[in-house]
Amino acid sequence: MFQSTELNRRNHSVQKLVSILFGVVTCLLIVPVLTIMTVLVYKGGPNISFEFLFSAPTNGMTAGGIFPALLGTILLVVVALIFSVPLGVATAVYLSEYASDTWLTRLINLAIINLAGVPSIVHALFGLGAFVIFAGFGTSILAASLTLGIMTLPVVIVATRESLQAVPPEFRMACWGMGATRWQTIRKVVLPNAMSGILTGVILEVSRTAGETAPIMFTGAAFFLPFLPQGILDQTMAMSLHLFVVSTQVPGVPETLPYSVALVLVSLVLIMNAASIILRAYVRGQKKW
Amino acid sequence: MVGAAIELLVQDLTIRYDNDIALRVDKLEIRKNEIFGIIGPAGSGKTSFLNAINRMDEFNDSMNVQGSINFGGLEVSRVKNVYALRKKIGVVFPLPVGLPLSIYENVALSPRLSGVKDKTKLDEIVERCLIRAALWEEVKDRLHQLGSLLSGGQQQRLTIARALSQEPKLLLLDEFSIAVDPVTTMRIEDVLKELKKEMTVVLVTNLVQQVRRLSERTAFFLNGELVEVGETEDFFTGVVEDQRTRDYVEGRFG
Repeated sequence: MFQSTELNRRNHSVQKLVSILFGVVTCLLIVPVLTIMTVLVYKGGPNISFEFLFSAPTNGMTAGGIFPALLGTILLVVVALIFSVPLGVATAVYLSEYASDTWLTRLINLAIINLAGVPSIVHALFGLGAFVIFAGFGTSILAASLTLGIMTLPVVIVATRESLQAVPPEFRMACWGMGATRWQTIRKVVLPNAMSGILTGVILEVSRTAGETAPIMFTGAAFFLPFLPQGILDQTMAMSLHLFVVSTQVPGVPETLPYSVALVLVSLVLIMNAASIILRAYVRGQKKW
Repeated sequence: MVGAAIELLVQDLTIRYDNDIALRVDKLEIRKNEIFGIIGPAGSGKTSFLNAINRMDEFNDSMNVQGSINFGGLEVSRVKNVYALRKKIGVVFPLPVGLPLSIYENVALSPRLSGVKDKTKLDEIVERCLIRAALWEEVKDRLHQLGSLLSGGQQQRLTIARALSQEPKLLLLDEFSIAVDPVTTMRIEDVLKELKKEMTVVLVTNLVQQVRRLSERTAFFLNGELVEVGETEDFFTGVVEDQRTRDYVEGRFG
């Protein structure tokens, strides 16, 4: 009664083959990550010290540390977040909780998708035109961060909107039914429960922002500065551009220096991600239905 | 009950979704302090009726309500402060909705939203509402646990406690026993019998026998039409006019 036919056997072996094949492909994904990290740690690791992190480059950037670039990247990310998170969350809340489905909201959704698809070099030129020249910020942290902020806005909007829509509609109905306004409902019930998803969007944004080169190249990041930025209208050095510069633009750089810079940049992103993931796990542990 | 005050008077009501008529009611009176039953199969317009009473059409673009619903002497479609209107109308949904807040905050939410800040006053409201919803004994030692982690039956009583915290004059129950075990159903029914001394209760249900246990008068909705209104007992003794009502009550369809 339960004897396998030829067809059964064939189905079974095909299924086995597929599962092994796809498994292997999945595992292969680890290879590039491991290779990159191994090479970076092996070549750049020994050079990293407290001094390397906290002193300025010397001898035409062929020696010394990376402090101005490290500080600059952190500043650029923080200022970009200050602009894009409130703006992105507000947009997502409006689209998800207030707007009804009209031609205008469809147009806005289309704009968001397109904004996500614009190449970063185009964002850079936009930033140059809009913030550096038109708004008169000059090449500055402010202009560069605004450019980065606009570039990463779609990530925040999409992630926030999706996590808002994951909150069951019954919660809203129950809240509205007791005479709460839309805003009271959003503040008391919807936003707290969407928080972990919103943080995911911010994590993604941090990783992208820290590593971007093109958008800041024309808008605020400097090749080399002999002093630290004094305010957000000053230019700054940045890790990503610094890596590009020491790798290709300056003669006589020791071979290990670019690897060290890259290792610090990757570690910076990983540390920021780790912090956000821990925060997200904490928020998620707080609330659950 | 003849000559009793009327709490809810519905006249020439038509509810549409886009162009489809979901419910048409020529005239329906619901009296003060009665439990009024509404029975009918799925899709007969029962839930739409409840949504029209507390103006939930605001949240559904395709829903359109025409005609007159008069609640306590006020035309609901003309009420400017819909939030105050909804606060006077408690709603219990088919599936229990414990908000992902603590048990305490679930009940304290509505008073808080309307500006009550005093801790002792909130404590008093929470305790009173949970007692009246027959839930206090089970949760009094863990008020700060998540309300959404209670069992289905407990969550449904939490929902009722939450509705009571609004101090409603009208309580709308939409098939509250669908996700609740029979024992809890009986406890909630006892609660409702007590509550009707203070408020008017509209009970929408699929369970014909539940109407018989609870309500004085009942309406039968079918395919978006109010077929019949009458004393509940008449539905079961065959003193109803419409053959369709008789068939439904006796279980020949639906």
